[in-house]
Amino acid sequence: MQILNQLLNRRRRYDDLSVSIEEHIEERAEELVEEGIPRKEAEQRARREFGNVTLMKERSREVWQWAALESILADLKLVFRRLKKSPGFAATVLLTLAIGIGANTAVFSVVNSVLLKSLPYPDSDRLAALILNAPGAQGMADFSSGLRISPSMYLTFSEHNRTFQSLGVWTPGTANVTGVAQPEEVKTALISGGVLETLGVAPRAGRWFIDSDQDPRGAKTVMLGYGYWQRRFGGDKSAVGRTIQVDAETREIVGVMPRGFKMVNQDFDLLIPLAFDRTNQKLAPFFLEGIGRLKPAVTLAQADADVSRLIGVWMDSWSNGPGTNPHFYETWRITPAFRSLKQRVVGDVGSVLWVVMGTVGLVMLIACTNVANLLLVRAESRQQELSIRAALGAGRIRIARELLTESVALGLMGGVLAVGVAYGGLRLLTAIGPADLPRLSEVSLDLRGLGFTLLLSVFSGLLLGSIPVLRYARGKASTTIGSANRTASAGRVRQRSRDVLVVAQVAMALVLLVSALLMIRTFVALRNVEPGFADAPHLQTMHIWIPDQMVPDPQVTTRMENSIVDKLAAIPGVASVGFASAVPMEDIDPNWDIMWVEGKHYEGGEPPIRLFNYVSPGYFGTAGTRMRAGRDFTWDDVYGLRPNVIVSESFARESWGSASAAIGKRVRQFSNKPWLEVIGVVEDVRVHGVDQDAPPVIYWPAMIESPYTPQPTIDARHAVTFVLRTSRAGNEGFLGEMQRAVWAVNSNLPLAAVRTMQDIYSQSLARTSFTLVMLAIAGSMALALGIIGIYGVISYSVSQRTREIGIRLALGAQKSELKWMFVRSALTLTAVGVAIGVMSAAALMQLMKSLLFGISPLDPLTYISVPLVLAASAALASYLPARRAAAVDPVDALRAE
Amino acid sequence: MAKNSEHRDLFPGALEIMILKSLRLKPMHGYALVKHIKQVSDNLLQVEEGSLYPALQRMLREGWLESETGVSAKGRPTRIYRVTQAGIQHLEEEVVSFEKMFAGITRVLAVAQA
Repeated sequence: MQILNQLLNRRRRYDDLSVSIEEHIEERAEELVEEGIPRKEAEQRARREFGNVTLMKERSREVWQWAALESILADLKLVFRRLKKSPGFAATVLLTLAIGIGANTAVFSVVNSVLLKSLPYPDSDRLAALILNAPGAQGMADFSSGLRISPSMYLTFSEHNRTFQSLGVWTPGTANVTGVAQPEEVKTALISGGVLETLGVAPRAGRWFIDSDQDPRGAKTVMLGYGYWQRRFGGDKSAVGRTIQVDAETREIVGVMPRGFKMVNQDFDLLIPLAFDRTNQKLAPFFLEGIGRLKPAVTLAQADADVSRLIGVWMDSWSNGPGTNPHFYETWRITPAFRSLKQRVVGDVGSVLWVVMGTVGLVMLIACTNVANLLLVRAESRQQELSIRAALGAGRIRIARELLTESVALGLMGGVLAVGVAYGGLRLLTAIGPADLPRLSEVSLDLRGLGFTLLLSVFSGLLLGSIPVLRYARGKASTTIGSANRTASAGRVRQRSRDVLVVAQVAMALVLLVSALLMIRTFVALRNVEPGFADAPHLQTMHIWIPDQMVPDPQVTTRMENSIVDKLAAIPGVASVGFASAVPMEDIDPNWDIMWVEGKHYEGGEPPIRLFNYVSPGYFGTAGTRMRAGRDFTWDDVYGLRPNVIVSESFARESWGSASAAIGKRVRQFSNKPWLEVIGVVEDVRVHGVDQDAPPVIYWPAMIESPYTPQPTIDARHAVTFVLRTSRAGNEGFLGEMQRAVWAVNSNLPLAAVRTMQDIYSQSLARTSFTLVMLAIAGSMALALGIIGIYGVISYSVSQRTREIGIRLALGAQKSELKWMFVRSALTLTAVGVAIGVMSAAALMQLMKSLLFGISPLDPLTYISVPLVLAASAALASYLPARRAAAVDPVDALRAE
Repeated sequence: MAKNSEHRDLFPGALEIMILKSLRLKPMHGYALVKHIKQVSDNLLQVEEGSLYPALQRMLREGWLESETGVSAKGRPTRIYRVTQAGIQHLEEEVVSFEKMFAGITRVLAVAQA
């Protein structure tokens, strides 16, 4: 505050001082005049007596100044003046730094927001994701979230644990909200008691769910997400207490969650209580995600130990119905592997982000080496000035300070520009970044990001400045003044620092190019994987959900779906239509369970669990999933509840040796259920993305006798994804026609997740393509910067050695030999750089292993082609200036003496 | 500090004390201050302008003085310096410590003579 005041008052103080001094001198002069001295002489004498006015003013002013700072300011003034004189140099350096620092800041902001910042919940370091390992459950525990939790597990854990302050389970879902304008499918999070208490975020309006809301026989309630509240109720607080129709059920709104609140990693419109009915719970099904708030000072390991004891309690307390063995799950070897909630939310995206961060860091370093080269050349041209100053007694530190002031000033100015670049880059990153990047909405340029920019600016400034400082602030006045006057070529020493920079540049460019090429080859390998469906751009998909509260009868549900298929198929341009419980790569697994193959014996007495899907007739044909043997379902099969299944090729191979051998064979789920006949085999589908193996899949008809109830009950699929084979996929007008077709069957059905299979496919590749794009950009920038670097160094050394070249030519050297001399020196540097680069790349690529697919991190093709490309570029970059050398006229070169 | 050998350098703090003491009598502008000290000391002490103005600025910064717009004896605009309460307090403290120092010096000189 005081400093600020002083700064503001300074101008006034300086004026006061001038007035005082002026008056002083005049008064003295007047006195002298009164003593009889002529006016002019009196004035002169008064001034002389007073002494050096400027110096005195300066000294008086210094009282108000921070001496060190102001002398640096003076240095800065000098720096600016010098930069103004060479705008080309200034612009090049500033632009390079701005882009380099800006790109780093942008990526750092993403890393910071996604990986470093804590989750937006109070005391979020005590939040845990209740992840269970179950190596025996195979595919079912293959998710990033491990084995999910069953309601009975939740009840056991929440009642008997000793390490959690609160814990709860939740699952994302969708619901149809009707009665408000158009029927709308909204995103929901179904939550148990304990979830809101665990996350600890107070409602914006109304209240949290309480125990009575979680009572299956209690009042039906719902909470709103902030966005939905704004959208549908205009942010009106009186929304609390009103009712809405959710899946044909009337629910009272009891509260609204605040802006920015997410259910772990999900946005949602509605929170709905899971309201478990204790009396009907079995051991299965496993579909919930668990979260918990640890008691203070309890570690995750303690929580693991606590809950692992409860797995046995759980199996003792519940069963899957009469005749089943509750301890069957021992074969799954379920153990808690709790992780921090942040780790769960962030997932494995860390590897991608750190690779990108490392990449832009490397580009930054390469850019810096170019700038350092420029600064070296510049310092060299000032060498004489610096030597003279050193000779006149300027201290090493004084000269170093000036050189550093210049480079740090450049760094800081670059940093200011970089904030703009970073801001733009961040918008670009969030736009092209993979949509599944967690916490994408939280990404912003915050104080930490700005601090990072400042740090990087100062650091790069110091780094850049230190190179000329080390070279020139040594103050060997005599030698430098001497050699600058001599007409010899540049000394070895001077050339060497530039050579080191080129070698470093080539090595770094090589690392980036290798990683970019590996990513490209990964991408190509992924694109070449047969996904198990065909011509994705012309495959329209959409979700339809017929709530069982609205249509309880499974036969009616299936007939409705059948007529939707017919209506959709009648739209002009539609070739065929089908539906399934889930289409590939949408991360929806309809069911997992065991499946016995007739006559087969299993290790451990139980068959492994398999992924189930439920499909309509025509689904395979529409999706382009080829039949390997047998036939597709027919509607007669469906309505006749015929005990038929279709299996995937891998399941057929594993069970019977070949696809054709599977036809007519029998499987069943439980011993008390009838055998099912395999009527068809379809090709394998990469259900979980092209980089994951295709799991064996059992395809059931869309309507079946439920295997899970003792009495015969019919099971229909209420939530299905329709697929349409049409050349009009994704077309706006077509979407309207689809909507009308669906509403012709039932006007209460919203269409959700309307997109083409290509969208889904691209999204599953998003992470790889994002990494690829980043690395490709970085790699090409590195190559360009490297070429510029080599060109600059060779071209500078040509210009420095003009006289030497002249002498050589005069003595009869061949032009081609001269050219080769320069190209050879560039190639030598490149070779050294390549050697270092190849070794570093081989080591660094091990870190990228998890991002690669179908290719070794030591892929020979990559490691041969990249050095060749670099060598060719180096040869070209050095040939151009070398040609100039050969064109030197010896007479001109020597006349310059 | 002295222009010629007739005048000794003042020891640190002496100039400030004289300025404070003089201004305590009545607020003055720079030139009047120089003349006042010269007169009062019977020409024994001469304040150098080169030291006076930086000293005044230092004292302003310390808060011992205040400056205000005013006119000189000749009617020209200048700045009048005035002692603040903090300045008076500083002066009194300094006078005490000076007196101690003078007493000390006097005793040492007396012993040396004996």
